[in-house]
Amino acid sequence: MDKGLSLQNVTIFNGDAPLIRVHHDVAPGAVLTVMGPSGVGKSTLLAFITGTLAKDFKATGEVWLDGHNITHAPPHQRRVGILFQDDLLFPHLSVGANLAFGLPPGGTSIQRQAKIDAALSEVGLEGFAPRDPATLSGGQKARVALMRMLLSDPSALLLDEPFSRLDAALRAQVRDMVFDRARARALPVLMVTHDAEDAHAAGGVVITLGHGDTVPKR
Amino acid sequence: MKHLAILAALLAPLPALADIDPANWDEVTAQAQGQTVFWNAWGGSTTTNDFIAWVGSRVAEDYGVTLEHVKLTDTADAVTRVLSEKQAGQDDGGAIDMIWINGANFAAMKDADLLFGPYAEQLPNWALVDFESKSVQTDFTIPVEGFESPWAMAQVVFVHDTATMPDALGSMDDLLEWAQSNPGRFSYPQPPDFLGTTFLKQVLIDILPDASVLAEPATDDNYDAVTEPLWDYLDALTPNLWRAGRAYPATGTAMFPLIADGEVDLSISFSPGAASTAIANNELPDTVRTFVLDKGTIGNASFVAIPYNSGAKAGAMVVANFLMSPEAQARAQDPTILGYGTVLAMEKLSDDDRALFDALDLGIATLTPAELGTVQAEPHPSWMTRISDDWVTRYGVAQ
Amino acid sequence: MSRRYLLPVLPALTLLAMLGPVGAGLWGTFLPAFGHLPAAGLTGPSLDPFRDLFGWAGLPRAMMLSIGTGLLATVISLAIVMLVTAGWSGTRPFLMLERALSPLLAVPHAAAAFGLAFLIAPSGWLARLTSPGLTGWDRPPDLLIVQDSWGLAMTAGLIVKEVPFLLLITLAALGQADAQRSVRVAQALGYRRLTGWLKTVFPRVYAQIRPPIYVVLAYAMSVVDVAIILGPNTPPSLSVQIVKWMSHPDLAFRLEAAAGALLQLALVIGALVVWRIGETIVAALGRRWIASGARGKADAVVAGGALVAGTFSALAVLLGLVVLAIWSFAGFWSFPAALPDEMTLRNWLRFGPGTLKALGETAVIAVTAAMIALILTIGCLEAEYRHNIRVSQRAVWLLYLPLLVPQTAFLPGLQTLMLNIGADVGRWPVMLAHLVFVLPYVFLSLADPFRAWDTRMGVIAAALGASPDRVLWRVRLPMLLRPVLTALAVGLAVSVGQYLPTLLIGGGRVATLTTEAVALASGGDRRAIGVYGLMQTGAALVPFALALLIPAIVWRNRKGLRHG
Repeated sequence: MDKGLSLQNVTIFNGDAPLIRVHHDVAPGAVLTVMGPSGVGKSTLLAFITGTLAKDFKATGEVWLDGHNITHAPPHQRRVGILFQDDLLFPHLSVGANLAFGLPPGGTSIQRQAKIDAALSEVGLEGFAPRDPATLSGGQKARVALMRMLLSDPSALLLDEPFSRLDAALRAQVRDMVFDRARARALPVLMVTHDAEDAHAAGGVVITLGHGDTVPKR
Repeated sequence: MKHLAILAALLAPLPALADIDPANWDEVTAQAQGQTVFWNAWGGSTTTNDFIAWVGSRVAEDYGVTLEHVKLTDTADAVTRVLSEKQAGQDDGGAIDMIWINGANFAAMKDADLLFGPYAEQLPNWALVDFESKSVQTDFTIPVEGFESPWAMAQVVFVHDTATMPDALGSMDDLLEWAQSNPGRFSYPQPPDFLGTTFLKQVLIDILPDASVLAEPATDDNYDAVTEPLWDYLDALTPNLWRAGRAYPATGTAMFPLIADGEVDLSISFSPGAASTAIANNELPDTVRTFVLDKGTIGNASFVAIPYNSGAKAGAMVVANFLMSPEAQARAQDPTILGYGTVLAMEKLSDDDRALFDALDLGIATLTPAELGTVQAEPHPSWMTRISDDWVTRYGVAQ
Repeated sequence: MSRRYLLPVLPALTLLAMLGPVGAGLWGTFLPAFGHLPAAGLTGPSLDPFRDLFGWAGLPRAMMLSIGTGLLATVISLAIVMLVTAGWSGTRPFLMLERALSPLLAVPHAAAAFGLAFLIAPSGWLARLTSPGLTGWDRPPDLLIVQDSWGLAMTAGLIVKEVPFLLLITLAALGQADAQRSVRVAQALGYRRLTGWLKTVFPRVYAQIRPPIYVVLAYAMSVVDVAIILGPNTPPSLSVQIVKWMSHPDLAFRLEAAAGALLQLALVIGALVVWRIGETIVAALGRRWIASGARGKADAVVAGGALVAGTFSALAVLLGLVVLAIWSFAGFWSFPAALPDEMTLRNWLRFGPGTLKALGETAVIAVTAAMIALILTIGCLEAEYRHNIRVSQRAVWLLYLPLLVPQTAFLPGLQTLMLNIGADVGRWPVMLAHLVFVLPYVFLSLADPFRAWDTRMGVIAAALGASPDRVLWRVRLPMLLRPVLTALAVGLAVSVGQYLPTLLIGGGRVATLTTEAVALASGGDRRAIGVYGLMQTGAALVPFALALLIPAIVWRNRKGLRHG
């Protein structure tokens, strides 16, 4: 598979005990939803893909992204974007500087500023660049976090319970926005959630993990 | 800084490495230019520290010598340092270039060949020194032989607050009697402090019918018999001391606050002008006066010596010579500055220089040279060492 | 060495910087203690140094002083802190006391001791304020208050400095002990607040603060500067006597000093063992007390007494600083006048230039030592994060080790060792000696906030393409600006306050505000001491003020970091 995210025989062990096993491809623009109760290891799967798996865990199998094996690449060279349930905007940087942090180096400062302004207006936050992120509402923060991640030009998108902190009205709005942007950029998306509504809204394949589950490749 | 000086010395042409000839003063001042002199001197007296800082600014101005005052709590520290450097084989570029020294420490260093010299009598200002009548050629009975140069005269005086103790005392027996009827009103610095042991020697000299035995080294045969009256005296005095002798001031200057607060009425000082200086600095009330005993009191000179392994001998000699200059001597005698006695002979000075001294107001608490009376010689250092050790055993640890 | 390989060896380097000098110093003490000192032409082994030591008439008293003041100071300061916390934590008086005590942590021991001496001496400020009106004294009474033979003044001087230290340590531990809820449960069961706290929270808190308590005990038993200022002299405590022997012109006395240093080490180890046994006894008694179900009848009295003691402790230091300030401006000031006859700038004009020079030396040493310590600490913590190194409880004890070995046990040895190998004294060795004491405090101060940082920030930043170094410099350290600056300030304050390492390793050539101030103690010039003491306190306090101020200014528009 040339494009998209491919998890090949990925098994994560907690010590010697196998925790989860996943073997799946996610095509560009498609969403794979992983469901399961908390503690099942959903987040360790994402940590394995981002390259930040804690030392307590061991893993076998390979992660391929757009035809490259990224299993052993350093985290910052994987081009895998991630969103958590918290916005995790850098509190010491302005909204604009948060976005600039995601933007790959290159271009004049005017060009970079233009990209940031465009990203902000894309999500209806014109003129927010100089703001302190702590003064934003929950929905605004989520949008900034999304745009920051998209500006870094990732090749895949991971979502770790991304909407669980948002209230019901905001939730659908932000969720649609995330999936729309991901589809528009043809990003393979892997979402872990325990929320059935999120899974349904994603519209893609849903796999449910129990302890030691094996998920066959479709 | 010091490293640079050593490096410069190493890189200079070879003759610079050889010890310099003190008699060749032009060569001395030429070499001194740019040198840094580490003067190790007791740092417990702020007036002395100020004076040394002034000396530093003057030698920097006139000779390009940088003077660093290494403030010691005990001169013995410096002696230790030079001794250990010698034992470690560091025969050049040692940490110390000059030491304020006299008595036992000088004897120890001279004995162990730790001093540079003779140099003192070659310094230009030696010609002005009153070596005929002031004891600057022996130090605690040890012949100086040019291994240290004098810069101040000291003599024991008693300091009393006339507001609470109007009358001077004439002898050590009077002092004991007075202390017994005024308990808790007198103390002396804790031996082995310099001034504290001086007090013990002063007691011994004053109460012995014939003190000439002290000029010779103490022997096992005569020590006990000679010092017995001293211990009897102290046994009688100690319960009547300040804090009943369970604590002592650390040094002579630490006694001034005690007088200022009215904790004691009587104290002892080795500097006839120190009380006037302390009055000028608000450290003593202006009712304080000084007196000496009828039979006179102990006097000696303060010297500076240069360690054999100093890397800045020329600079140190320049400083030593400046200390004997009329300018520095007159300033040291000024009671608002330091109040130390001069080592110079007034009749050897030019009229202008003599005028510097004549202009001084010695201060209300300072005795004139005539009033200071007889100067008693210091006993041989061996007495001081043994008495000091015995004092520690008898009174210093047993309370 | 490339940076990639530098980071993993930093923890080893840090341990070497902390423990190397201690180990070398103990070795340098051990040899001369058994008669081996080639520099003085002596070769061992021989037991003569110990024979000389035990022949010294002052030894029994000096030992008793060391043990007595150490244990008493530790027990009393611990009791004050535990009882105040038990009786008052979470209340307004507690908050006020905490605010008053926190800055006192930075006040150097020497300055606090001088202030206390100027306060409680028979001619001190307290006597002046109450005389002759209340006391009838028109001259100071002939009472042995300061430098008393029992070392009580010295013990008090230690207590007023250890109470703030133990309080801050306890506050840090409370956060992890879930104290509020435990006390609430106990109160619901009918226990009074103080008894409830002691029975439920104390055991957990104590287990956490045990290492710093041991540090306090070891320190109090072997302190030198406080003992010189407040302690007795007939004889002095063992540590002061060791330093006196070290500076004796006769090198042979170094052997006696070394033997004394080993004895000091043995005393500290012995006291720690006794303390450990005491812990089990107290624990057994405590279990009985808990089983008895007593609800705490005397609570109000005990809590009140503890609060008064804590307040006195804070006041002693604060008023001490005030009286230092008064002396620094004093003209003639006779007893029993409450204030000097006149206030003058003369003393500052006289001693100001000298203090500025010493301040320069102090600053160069403190900034270098604290910066090195900070860099090593950040390096260690970052290595731990990047390479997933787990720190065991045992490794934490390693941090405390240099603080547990008495300074007088290894610094004389370090000096003798440097002498033997011909190393130069001066600034660099002093900085390295300071590092031994600065490093543990900087590490302990920064470790918790550094580890508490949300590592998901790092995951996000890496996912945005930031390399590990960029994450550290652009995200983690800016976010941790305040704790980083606080750790730096702690390091500076520790370095500013060091007396013995500066004196012994500097060979007298390195004159800092602390060595100059303690040297003035022997001269007794209270005006000079006032000026130097205030400058010393300022040098330790200003960095803390900056550590609060700088983040507040830099992040004035960043609400999210205001409570970080």
